[in-house]
Amino acid sequence: MADKTSAAMIQLDRVTKSFGSFQALKGVDLAIERGQKVVVCGPSGSGKSTMIRCINRLEEHDGGRIVVNGIELTTSVKDIDAVRREVGMVFQQFNLFPHLTAAENLMLAPRLVRKIPRKEARELAMHYLERVHIPEQADKYPAQLSGGQQQRVAIARSLCMKPEIMLFDEPTSALDPEMIKEVLDVMVELARDGMTMIVVTHEMGFARSVADVVVFMDNGEIVEQAPPQDFFHQARSERTKAFLSRILTH
Amino acid sequence: MNFEISLIWESLPKIAEGAELTVRLHLLSLVFGTVLALGLVLMRISGIAILSWPAFAYIYVFRGTPLLVQVFLIYYGLAQFEFIRASPLWIILREPFWCAIIAFSLNVAAYTAEILRGGIQGVDQGLHEAGRALGLSTSQRFIHVTAPIAIRLSLPAYGNEMISLMKGTALVSLITMYDITGVARTIMARTFAPYEIFISAAIVYLGLTWLIQRAIAHAERRFSRYVRA
Ligand SMILES: Nc1ncnc2c1ncn2[C@@H]1O[C@H](COP(=O)(O)OP(=O)(O)O)[C@@H](O)[C@H]1O
Ligand SMILES: [Mg+2]
Repeated sequence: MADKTSAAMIQLDRVTKSFGSFQALKGVDLAIERGQKVVVCGPSGSGKSTMIRCINRLEEHDGGRIVVNGIELTTSVKDIDAVRREVGMVFQQFNLFPHLTAAENLMLAPRLVRKIPRKEARELAMHYLERVHIPEQADKYPAQLSGGQQQRVAIARSLCMKPEIMLFDEPTSALDPEMIKEVLDVMVELARDGMTMIVVTHEMGFARSVADVVVFMDNGEIVEQAPPQDFFHQARSERTKAFLSRILTH
Repeated sequence: MNFEISLIWESLPKIAEGAELTVRLHLLSLVFGTVLALGLVLMRISGIAILSWPAFAYIYVFRGTPLLVQVFLIYYGLAQFEFIRASPLWIILREPFWCAIIAFSLNVAAYTAEILRGGIQGVDQGLHEAGRALGLSTSQRFIHVTAPIAIRLSLPAYGNEMISLMKGTALVSLITMYDITGVARTIMARTFAPYEIFISAAIVYLGLTWLIQRAIAHAERRFSRYVRA
Protein backbone atom coordinates (compact mmCIF):
# COMPACT_ATOMS: atom_id res chain seq x y z
CA MET A 1 0.00 0.00 0.00
CA ALA A 2 1.42 3.36 -1.00
CA ASP A 3 1.12 5.97 1.67
CA LYS A 4 2.22 9.30 0.24
CA THR A 5 0.65 11.28 3.06
CA SER A 6 3.44 10.41 5.45
CA ALA A 7 6.02 13.18 5.35
CA ALA A 8 8.82 11.08 6.77
CA MET A 9 11.26 9.33 4.46
CA ILE A 10 11.44 6.41 6.82
CA GLN A 11 8.79 5.73 9.41
CA LEU A 12 8.85 2.93 11.97
CA ASP A 13 5.76 2.48 14.15
CA ARG A 14 5.92 0.08 17.09
CA VAL A 15 8.07 -2.31 15.08
CA THR A 16 8.68 -5.69 16.68
CA LYS A 17 10.82 -8.58 15.56
CA SER A 18 11.46 -11.92 17.20
CA PHE A 19 13.94 -14.68 16.47
CA GLY A 20 12.15 -17.72 17.80
CA SER A 21 11.13 -16.86 21.33
CA PHE A 22 13.69 -14.06 21.61
CA GLN A 23 12.37 -10.59 20.94
CA ALA A 24 15.12 -8.55 19.30
CA LEU A 25 12.97 -5.45 18.66
CA LYS A 26 10.38 -4.54 21.25
CA GLY A 27 8.32 -1.83 19.60
CA VAL A 28 10.62 0.64 17.89
CA ASP A 29 9.33 4.07 16.82
CA LEU A 30 11.48 6.18 14.56
CA ALA A 31 10.79 8.87 11.98
CA ILE A 32 13.46 10.12 9.63
CA GLU A 33 13.00 12.97 7.20
CA ARG A 34 14.46 13.36 3.75
CA GLY A 35 18.13 14.28 3.97
CA GLN A 36 18.44 13.56 7.68
CA LYS A 37 21.42 11.69 9.05
CA VAL A 38 20.78 9.40 11.97
CA VAL A 39 23.52 7.73 13.95
CA VAL A 40 22.48 4.64 15.90
CA CYS A 41 24.58 3.39 18.78
CA GLY A 42 24.15 0.98 21.63
CA PRO A 43 25.66 -2.13 23.14
CA SER A 44 26.24 -5.25 21.11
CA GLY A 45 23.08 -7.31 20.76
CA SER A 46 20.78 -4.35 21.38
CA GLY A 47 19.02 -4.74 18.00
CA LYS A 48 20.75 -2.07 15.89
CA SER A 49 21.46 -4.36 12.98
CA THR A 50 18.06 -5.98 13.22
CA MET A 51 16.38 -2.58 13.05
CA ILE A 52 18.15 -1.35 9.95
CA ARG A 53 17.92 -4.75 8.27
CA CYS A 54 14.15 -4.57 8.68
CA ILE A 55 14.17 -1.31 6.73
CA ASN A 56 15.30 -3.03 3.51
CA ARG A 57 13.66 -6.30 4.41
CA LEU A 58 16.77 -8.39 4.96
CA GLU A 59 14.78 -9.22 8.10
CA GLU A 60 11.03 -9.38 8.17
CA HIS A 61 9.42 -7.51 11.07
CA ASP A 62 6.53 -9.28 12.73
CA GLY A 63 4.62 -6.38 14.21
CA GLY A 64 4.08 -2.66 13.65
CA ARG A 65 4.57 -0.72 10.43
CA ILE A 66 7.54 0.30 8.34
CA VAL A 67 7.02 2.86 5.59
CA VAL A 68 9.93 3.80 3.32
CA ASN A 69 9.50 6.76 0.99
CA GLY A 70 5.77 6.20 0.91
CA ILE A 71 5.92 2.45 0.41
CA GLU A 72 4.77 0.26 3.25
CA LEU A 73 6.79 -2.92 3.71
CA THR A 74 4.38 -5.79 3.47
CA THR A 75 4.85 -9.27 2.11
CA SER A 76 4.28 -7.95 -1.41
CA VAL A 77 7.31 -8.81 -3.51
CA LYS A 78 6.71 -5.77 -5.67
CA ASP A 79 6.87 -3.45 -2.68
CA ILE A 80 10.00 -5.11 -1.35
CA ASP A 81 11.71 -4.69 -4.72
CA ALA A 82 10.58 -1.09 -4.81
CA VAL A 83 11.98 -0.42 -1.36
CA ARG A 84 15.27 -2.12 -2.20
CA ARG A 85 15.62 0.20 -5.18
CA GLU A 86 15.37 3.17 -2.81
CA VAL A 87 17.67 1.83 -0.13
CA GLY A 88 21.38 1.05 -0.34
CA MET A 89 23.19 -0.88 2.35
CA VAL A 90 26.79 -1.08 3.47
CA PHE A 91 27.89 -3.96 5.68
CA GLN A 92 30.56 -4.33 8.32
CA GLN A 93 32.18 -7.14 6.33
CA PHE A 94 32.01 -5.23 2.98
CA ASN A 95 30.48 -8.27 1.26
CA LEU A 96 32.04 -7.50 -2.10
CA PHE A 97 31.65 -10.22 -4.72
CA PRO A 98 35.13 -11.75 -4.59
CA HIS A 99 35.10 -13.12 -8.14
CA LEU A 100 34.40 -9.73 -9.70
CA THR A 101 36.70 -6.74 -10.04
CA ALA A 102 35.85 -3.51 -8.27
CA ALA A 103 34.24 -2.10 -11.42
CA GLU A 104 32.36 -5.34 -12.08
CA ASN A 105 31.04 -5.29 -8.53
CA LEU A 106 29.58 -1.89 -9.26
CA MET A 107 28.24 -2.85 -12.68
CA LEU A 108 26.42 -6.05 -11.72
CA ALA A 109 23.22 -4.68 -10.22
CA PRO A 110 22.78 -1.81 -12.72
CA ARG A 111 23.14 -4.29 -15.56
CA LEU A 112 20.90 -6.99 -14.12
CA VAL A 113 18.31 -4.95 -12.27
CA ARG A 114 18.19 -1.75 -14.29
CA LYS A 115 19.16 -3.41 -17.60
CA ILE A 116 21.80 -0.83 -18.41
CA PRO A 117 24.11 -1.82 -21.28
CA ARG A 118 27.60 -2.89 -20.33
CA LYS A 119 29.35 0.19 -21.64
CA GLU A 120 27.10 2.63 -19.80
CA ALA A 121 27.33 0.53 -16.67
CA ARG A 122 31.09 0.77 -16.85
CA GLU A 123 30.89 4.56 -17.15
CA LEU A 124 28.51 4.67 -14.20
CA ALA A 125 30.90 2.49 -12.21
CA MET A 126 33.87 4.71 -13.01
CA HIS A 127 31.88 7.77 -12.00
CA TYR A 128 31.16 6.34 -8.56
CA LEU A 129 34.66 4.94 -8.09
CA GLU A 130 35.87 8.48 -8.65
CA ARG A 131 33.45 9.70 -6.04
CA VAL A 132 35.03 7.37 -3.50
CA HIS A 133 38.50 8.35 -4.76
CA ILE A 134 39.71 5.00 -6.12
CA PRO A 135 39.15 5.01 -9.89
CA GLU A 136 42.64 3.56 -10.32
CA GLN A 137 41.57 0.38 -8.51
CA ALA A 138 38.73 -0.35 -10.94
CA ASP A 139 40.19 -3.52 -12.36
CA LYS A 140 41.47 -5.08 -9.17
CA TYR A 141 39.76 -7.88 -7.34
CA PRO A 142 38.59 -7.30 -3.76
CA ALA A 143 41.34 -9.53 -2.38
CA GLN A 144 43.88 -7.15 -3.90
CA LEU A 145 42.45 -4.12 -2.08
CA SER A 146 42.93 -2.88 1.47
CA GLY A 147 39.98 -3.00 3.86
CA GLY A 148 39.39 0.72 3.51
CA GLN A 149 39.42 0.49 -0.26
CA GLN A 150 37.06 -2.48 -0.18
CA GLN A 151 34.58 -0.62 1.97
CA ARG A 152 34.72 2.38 -0.35
CA VAL A 153 34.04 0.08 -3.30
CA ALA A 154 31.09 -1.32 -1.35
CA ILE A 155 29.74 2.19 -0.78
CA ALA A 156 30.16 3.01 -4.46
CA ARG A 157 28.42 -0.23 -5.39
CA SER A 158 25.35 0.83 -3.44
CA LEU A 159 25.45 4.35 -4.88
CA CYS A 160 25.40 2.94 -8.42
CA MET A 161 21.77 1.99 -7.86
CA LYS A 162 21.06 5.67 -7.08
CA PRO A 163 19.33 5.01 -3.77
CA GLU A 164 17.48 7.72 -1.86
CA ILE A 165 18.55 6.25 1.45
CA MET A 166 21.78 4.65 2.61
CA LEU A 167 22.03 2.27 5.54
CA PHE A 168 25.41 1.61 7.13
CA ASP A 169 25.89 -1.24 9.59
CA GLU A 170 29.12 -0.60 11.50
CA PRO A 171 30.97 0.26 8.29
CA THR A 172 34.30 0.86 10.01
CA SER A 173 34.24 -1.83 12.70
CA ALA A 174 36.16 -4.37 10.63
CA LEU A 175 38.84 -1.86 9.59
CA ASP A 176 42.32 -1.24 10.89
CA PRO A 177 42.46 2.15 12.63
CA GLU A 178 44.50 3.81 9.89
CA MET A 179 41.78 3.04 7.32
CA ILE A 180 38.79 4.26 9.26
CA LYS A 181 39.25 7.88 8.27
CA GLU A 182 39.23 7.30 4.50
CA VAL A 183 35.87 5.56 4.82
CA LEU A 184 34.38 8.13 7.20
CA ASP A 185 35.53 10.92 4.85
CA VAL A 186 33.57 9.36 2.01
CA MET A 187 30.54 9.10 4.27
CA VAL A 188 30.85 12.72 5.33
CA GLU A 189 30.93 13.78 1.67
CA LEU A 190 27.87 11.71 1.02
CA ALA A 191 26.12 13.35 3.93
CA ARG A 192 27.00 16.79 2.58
CA ASP A 193 25.46 15.89 -0.75
CA GLY A 194 22.15 15.46 1.03
CA MET A 195 21.78 11.70 1.24
CA THR A 196 19.36 10.36 3.83
CA MET A 197 21.49 8.12 6.02
CA ILE A 198 21.16 5.76 8.94
CA VAL A 199 24.55 4.84 10.31
CA VAL A 200 25.13 2.28 13.02
CA THR A 201 28.51 3.22 14.43
CA HIS A 202 30.44 3.91 17.59
CA GLU A 203 32.50 6.59 15.86
CA MET A 204 31.28 9.41 18.05
CA GLY A 205 33.36 12.00 16.21
CA PHE A 206 31.37 11.18 13.09
CA ALA A 207 28.14 11.40 15.09
CA ARG A 208 29.06 14.85 16.40
CA SER A 209 29.98 16.32 13.07
CA VAL A 210 27.40 14.71 10.79
CA ALA A 211 24.37 13.44 12.69
CA ASP A 212 21.11 15.33 12.95
CA VAL A 213 19.90 12.81 15.46
CA VAL A 214 21.71 10.27 17.60
CA VAL A 215 19.70 7.23 18.64
CA PHE A 216 20.67 5.03 21.55
CA MET A 217 19.33 1.49 21.57
CA ASP A 218 19.46 -1.04 24.35
CA ASN A 219 17.76 -4.36 24.75
CA GLY A 220 15.60 -4.08 21.62
CA GLU A 221 14.33 -0.58 22.35
CA ILE A 222 15.19 2.97 21.47
CA VAL A 223 16.09 4.41 24.86
CA GLU A 224 16.94 7.90 23.80
CA GLN A 225 17.12 10.02 20.67
CA ALA A 226 18.37 13.58 20.47
CA PRO A 227 20.50 15.96 18.42
CA PRO A 228 24.18 15.24 19.08
CA GLN A 229 24.91 18.18 21.36
CA ASP A 230 22.01 17.24 23.67
CA PHE A 231 22.75 13.56 23.37
CA PHE A 232 26.37 13.86 24.44
CA HIS A 233 25.96 16.53 27.10
CA GLN A 234 22.59 16.01 28.66
CA ALA A 235 21.60 12.42 28.15
CA ARG A 236 18.58 11.72 30.30
CA SER A 237 18.62 8.00 30.79
CA GLU A 238 21.06 6.25 33.09
CA ARG A 239 21.60 3.52 30.50
CA THR A 240 22.66 6.10 27.92
CA LYS A 241 25.01 7.78 30.36
CA ALA A 242 26.60 4.50 31.34
CA PHE A 243 27.05 3.56 27.69
CA LEU A 244 28.53 6.95 26.80
CA SER A 245 30.97 6.93 29.69
CA ARG A 246 32.19 3.55 28.50
CA ILE A 247 32.75 4.43 24.86
CA LEU A 248 33.93 8.00 25.29
CA THR A 249 36.72 7.15 27.70
CA HIS A 250 38.75 5.38 25.05
CA MET B 1 59.45 -66.50 -9.41
CA ASN B 2 60.89 -64.84 -12.43
CA PHE B 3 60.12 -61.25 -13.14
CA GLU B 4 60.65 -59.91 -16.63
CA ILE B 5 60.91 -56.17 -16.71
CA SER B 6 60.86 -56.19 -20.48
CA LEU B 7 57.35 -57.64 -20.38
CA ILE B 8 56.17 -54.43 -18.73
CA TRP B 9 57.38 -52.37 -21.68
CA GLU B 10 56.24 -54.85 -24.25
CA SER B 11 52.69 -54.98 -22.98
CA LEU B 12 52.41 -51.20 -22.53
CA PRO B 13 51.35 -50.38 -26.12
CA LYS B 14 48.58 -52.98 -26.11
CA ILE B 15 47.33 -51.84 -22.74
CA ALA B 16 47.51 -48.23 -23.78
CA GLU B 17 45.11 -49.14 -26.58
CA GLY B 18 42.65 -50.13 -23.87
CA ALA B 19 43.11 -46.65 -22.48
CA GLU B 20 41.10 -45.27 -25.37
CA LEU B 21 38.00 -47.04 -24.11
CA THR B 22 38.77 -46.04 -20.53
CA VAL B 23 39.01 -42.39 -21.52
CA ARG B 24 35.82 -42.50 -23.58
CA LEU B 25 33.88 -44.08 -20.73
CA HIS B 26 35.35 -41.57 -18.33
CA LEU B 27 34.66 -38.41 -20.31
CA LEU B 28 31.16 -39.35 -21.43
CA SER B 29 30.11 -40.39 -17.92
CA LEU B 30 31.59 -37.20 -16.49
CA VAL B 31 29.67 -35.01 -18.92
CA PHE B 32 26.35 -36.81 -18.49
CA GLY B 33 26.83 -37.21 -14.75
CA THR B 34 27.73 -33.58 -14.19
CA VAL B 35 24.76 -32.30 -16.17
CA LEU B 36 22.51 -34.60 -14.17
CA ALA B 37 24.18 -33.40 -10.97
CA LEU B 38 23.26 -29.79 -11.75
CA GLY B 39 19.60 -30.75 -11.92
CA LEU B 40 19.88 -32.87 -8.80
CA VAL B 41 21.54 -30.20 -6.70
CA LEU B 42 18.97 -27.61 -7.75
CA MET B 43 16.23 -30.04 -6.69
CA ARG B 44 18.08 -30.85 -3.48
CA ILE B 45 18.43 -27.21 -2.38
CA SER B 46 15.11 -26.03 -3.79
CA GLY B 47 13.42 -26.15 -0.41
CA ILE B 48 10.43 -27.75 -2.13
CA ALA B 49 9.76 -31.14 -0.58
CA ILE B 50 8.54 -32.94 -3.70
CA LEU B 51 11.78 -31.95 -5.42
CA SER B 52 14.29 -32.21 -2.62
CA TRP B 53 13.19 -35.59 -1.26
CA PRO B 54 13.54 -37.54 -4.51
CA ALA B 55 16.95 -35.92 -5.01
CA PHE B 56 17.94 -36.83 -1.48
CA ALA B 57 16.78 -40.44 -1.94
CA TYR B 58 18.54 -40.74 -5.27
CA ILE B 59 21.82 -39.46 -3.85
CA TYR B 60 21.50 -41.72 -0.83
CA VAL B 61 20.94 -44.83 -2.97
CA PHE B 62 23.74 -44.18 -5.44
CA ARG B 63 26.29 -43.18 -2.85
CA GLY B 64 25.26 -45.97 -0.54
CA THR B 65 25.75 -48.92 -2.90
CA PRO B 66 28.89 -50.21 -4.61
CA LEU B 67 29.49 -49.04 -8.14
CA LEU B 68 29.97 -52.65 -9.18
CA VAL B 69 26.50 -53.54 -7.95
CA GLN B 70 25.09 -50.62 -9.93
CA VAL B 71 26.88 -51.76 -13.09
CA PHE B 72 25.63 -55.34 -12.65
CA LEU B 73 22.08 -54.25 -11.90
CA ILE B 74 21.93 -52.27 -15.10
CA TYR B 75 23.79 -54.72 -17.33
CA TYR B 76 22.45 -58.04 -16.07
CA GLY B 77 19.44 -56.91 -14.07
CA LEU B 78 17.57 -54.90 -16.66
CA ALA B 79 18.02 -57.64 -19.26
CA GLN B 80 15.82 -59.87 -17.09
CA PHE B 81 12.76 -57.88 -17.96
CA GLU B 82 10.93 -58.97 -21.06
CA PHE B 83 9.41 -55.53 -21.60
CA ILE B 84 12.84 -53.94 -21.61
CA ARG B 85 14.13 -56.38 -24.15
CA ALA B 86 11.05 -55.65 -26.24
CA SER B 87 11.40 -51.88 -25.95
CA PRO B 88 13.40 -49.61 -28.28
CA LEU B 89 15.66 -48.89 -25.31
CA TRP B 90 17.06 -52.36 -25.73
CA ILE B 91 19.25 -51.12 -28.57
CA ILE B 92 21.13 -49.18 -25.93
CA LEU B 93 20.70 -51.43 -22.92
CA ARG B 94 22.06 -54.53 -24.59
CA GLU B 95 25.37 -52.78 -25.20
CA PRO B 96 27.78 -53.14 -22.29
CA PHE B 97 29.29 -49.79 -23.28
CA TRP B 98 26.06 -47.88 -22.78
CA CYS B 99 25.14 -49.83 -19.66
CA ALA B 100 28.47 -48.78 -18.20
CA ILE B 101 27.95 -45.16 -19.25
CA ILE B 102 24.52 -45.15 -17.64
CA ALA B 103 25.75 -46.71 -14.39
CA PHE B 104 28.77 -44.40 -14.15
CA SER B 105 26.79 -41.29 -15.04
CA LEU B 106 24.14 -42.02 -12.45
CA ASN B 107 26.83 -42.63 -9.87
CA VAL B 108 28.88 -39.55 -10.71
CA ALA B 109 25.72 -37.47 -10.61
CA ALA B 110 25.04 -38.46 -7.02
CA TYR B 111 28.53 -37.65 -5.80
CA THR B 112 28.86 -34.47 -7.84
CA ALA B 113 25.50 -33.21 -6.61
CA GLU B 114 26.77 -33.50 -3.05
CA ILE B 115 30.05 -31.82 -3.97
CA LEU B 116 28.21 -28.92 -5.58
CA ARG B 117 25.86 -28.65 -2.63
CA GLY B 118 28.90 -28.28 -0.37
CA GLY B 119 30.27 -25.58 -2.66
CA ILE B 120 26.97 -23.71 -2.69
CA GLN B 121 26.72 -23.86 1.08
CA GLY B 122 30.27 -22.59 1.34
CA VAL B 123 29.36 -19.29 -0.29
CA ASP B 124 29.39 -16.54 2.31
CA GLN B 125 25.90 -15.62 3.49
CA GLY B 126 26.94 -11.96 3.43
CA LEU B 127 27.18 -12.09 -0.36
CA HIS B 128 23.55 -13.18 -0.58
CA GLU B 129 22.57 -10.28 1.62
CA ALA B 130 24.57 -7.85 -0.48
CA GLY B 131 22.85 -9.22 -3.58
CA ARG B 132 19.41 -8.94 -2.00
CA ALA B 133 20.11 -5.42 -0.81
CA LEU B 134 21.10 -4.48 -4.36
CA GLY B 135 17.80 -5.82 -5.65
CA LEU B 136 19.08 -8.95 -7.42
CA SER B 137 16.50 -11.69 -7.78
CA THR B 138 17.05 -15.19 -6.43
CA SER B 139 18.01 -16.56 -9.84
CA GLN B 140 20.26 -13.59 -10.61
CA ARG B 141 22.07 -14.13 -7.32
CA PHE B 142 22.44 -17.82 -8.05
CA ILE B 143 23.79 -17.37 -11.56
CA HIS B 144 26.05 -14.39 -11.01
CA VAL B 145 27.21 -14.79 -7.42
CA THR B 146 26.64 -18.23 -5.95
CA ALA B 147 27.47 -20.41 -8.95
CA PRO B 148 30.87 -19.00 -9.89
CA ILE B 149 32.05 -19.08 -6.29
CA ALA B 150 30.57 -22.52 -5.61
CA ILE B 151 32.33 -23.92 -8.67
CA ARG B 152 35.68 -22.77 -7.38
CA LEU B 153 34.97 -24.22 -3.95
CA SER B 154 33.88 -27.51 -5.50
CA LEU B 155 36.85 -28.01 -7.80
CA PRO B 156 39.21 -29.92 -5.47
CA ALA B 157 36.53 -32.41 -4.46
CA TYR B 158 35.37 -32.68 -8.06
CA GLY B 159 38.93 -33.50 -9.08
CA ASN B 160 38.93 -36.36 -6.60
CA GLU B 161 35.66 -37.58 -8.03
CA MET B 162 37.13 -37.48 -11.55
CA ILE B 163 40.02 -39.61 -10.42
CA SER B 164 37.90 -42.11 -8.56
CA LEU B 165 35.58 -42.45 -11.55
CA MET B 166 38.58 -43.08 -13.77
CA LYS B 167 39.61 -45.95 -11.54
CA GLY B 168 36.01 -47.12 -11.31
CA THR B 169 35.87 -47.61 -15.08
CA ALA B 170 38.04 -50.71 -14.57
CA LEU B 171 34.82 -52.50 -13.59
CA VAL B 172 33.80 -52.71 -17.25
CA SER B 173 36.35 -55.46 -17.68
CA LEU B 174 33.83 -57.58 -15.76
CA ILE B 175 31.13 -56.99 -18.34
CA THR B 176 33.09 -58.12 -21.38
CA MET B 177 34.82 -54.90 -22.30
CA TYR B 178 38.44 -54.29 -23.17
CA ASP B 179 39.48 -51.20 -21.30
CA ILE B 180 42.93 -50.94 -19.69
CA THR B 181 42.10 -53.60 -17.12
CA GLY B 182 40.23 -55.75 -19.65
CA VAL B 183 43.19 -55.78 -22.01
CA ALA B 184 45.57 -56.48 -19.13
CA ARG B 185 43.46 -59.47 -18.11
CA THR B 186 43.54 -61.01 -21.57
CA ILE B 187 47.29 -60.57 -21.87
CA MET B 188 47.69 -62.09 -18.45
CA ALA B 189 45.59 -65.09 -19.43
CA ARG B 190 48.03 -65.67 -22.27
CA THR B 191 51.33 -64.93 -20.51
CA PHE B 192 50.60 -65.87 -16.88
CA ALA B 193 52.65 -62.84 -15.81
CA PRO B 194 50.30 -60.95 -13.49
CA TYR B 195 52.95 -58.68 -11.97
CA GLU B 196 54.40 -57.33 -15.13
CA ILE B 197 51.08 -56.90 -16.88
CA PHE B 198 49.33 -55.19 -14.03
CA ILE B 199 52.31 -52.98 -13.34
CA SER B 200 51.98 -51.97 -16.92
CA ALA B 201 48.27 -51.27 -16.41
CA ALA B 202 49.04 -49.29 -13.27
CA ILE B 203 51.50 -47.14 -15.21
CA VAL B 204 48.84 -46.28 -17.77
CA TYR B 205 46.33 -45.44 -15.01
CA LEU B 206 48.88 -43.24 -13.29
CA GLY B 207 49.45 -41.43 -16.57
CA LEU B 208 45.73 -40.72 -16.85
CA THR B 209 45.55 -39.61 -13.24
CA TRP B 210 48.41 -37.23 -13.87
CA LEU B 211 46.54 -35.70 -16.81
CA ILE B 212 43.41 -35.25 -14.69
CA GLN B 213 45.40 -33.62 -11.93
CA ARG B 214 46.95 -31.24 -14.40
CA ALA B 215 43.55 -30.34 -15.81
CA ILE B 216 42.10 -29.70 -12.36
CA ALA B 217 45.09 -27.65 -11.26
CA HIS B 218 44.69 -25.56 -14.39
CA ALA B 219 40.98 -25.04 -13.74
CA GLU B 220 41.66 -24.14 -10.12
CA ARG B 221 44.15 -21.52 -11.19
CA ARG B 222 41.69 -20.06 -13.65
CA PHE B 223 38.86 -19.94 -11.16
CA SER B 224 40.99 -18.58 -8.32
CA ARG B 225 42.73 -15.74 -10.11
CA TYR B 226 40.78 -13.39 -7.92
CA VAL B 227 41.69 -15.05 -4.63
CA ARG B 228 45.39 -14.37 -4.80
CA ALA B 229 46.28 -10.90 -3.71
N1 LIG C 1 19.28 -14.44 12.64
C1 LIG C 1 19.19 -14.42 13.98
N2 LIG C 1 18.74 -15.49 14.66
C2 LIG C 1 18.64 -15.48 15.99
N3 LIG C 1 18.96 -14.43 16.77
C3 LIG C 1 19.38 -13.31 16.17
C4 LIG C 1 19.55 -13.27 14.74
N4 LIG C 1 20.00 -12.03 14.42
C5 LIG C 1 20.13 -11.37 15.59
N5 LIG C 1 19.76 -12.13 16.63
C6 LIG C 1 19.76 -11.73 18.03
O1 LIG C 1 19.05 -10.52 18.13
C7 LIG C 1 19.70 -9.64 19.02
C8 LIG C 1 20.00 -8.35 18.35
O2 LIG C 1 20.99 -8.58 17.36
P1 LIG C 1 21.57 -7.42 16.45
O3 LIG C 1 20.46 -6.66 15.86
O4 LIG C 1 22.54 -8.03 15.54
O5 LIG C 1 22.31 -6.52 17.54
P2 LIG C 1 23.38 -5.38 17.33
O6 LIG C 1 23.51 -5.09 15.87
O7 LIG C 1 22.88 -4.23 18.10
O8 LIG C 1 24.66 -5.90 17.91
C9 LIG C 1 20.95 -10.37 19.53
O9 LIG C 1 20.66 -10.93 20.79
C10 LIG C 1 21.17 -11.45 18.51
O10 LIG C 1 21.73 -12.56 19.11
MG1 LIG D 1 25.14 -5.37 14.60
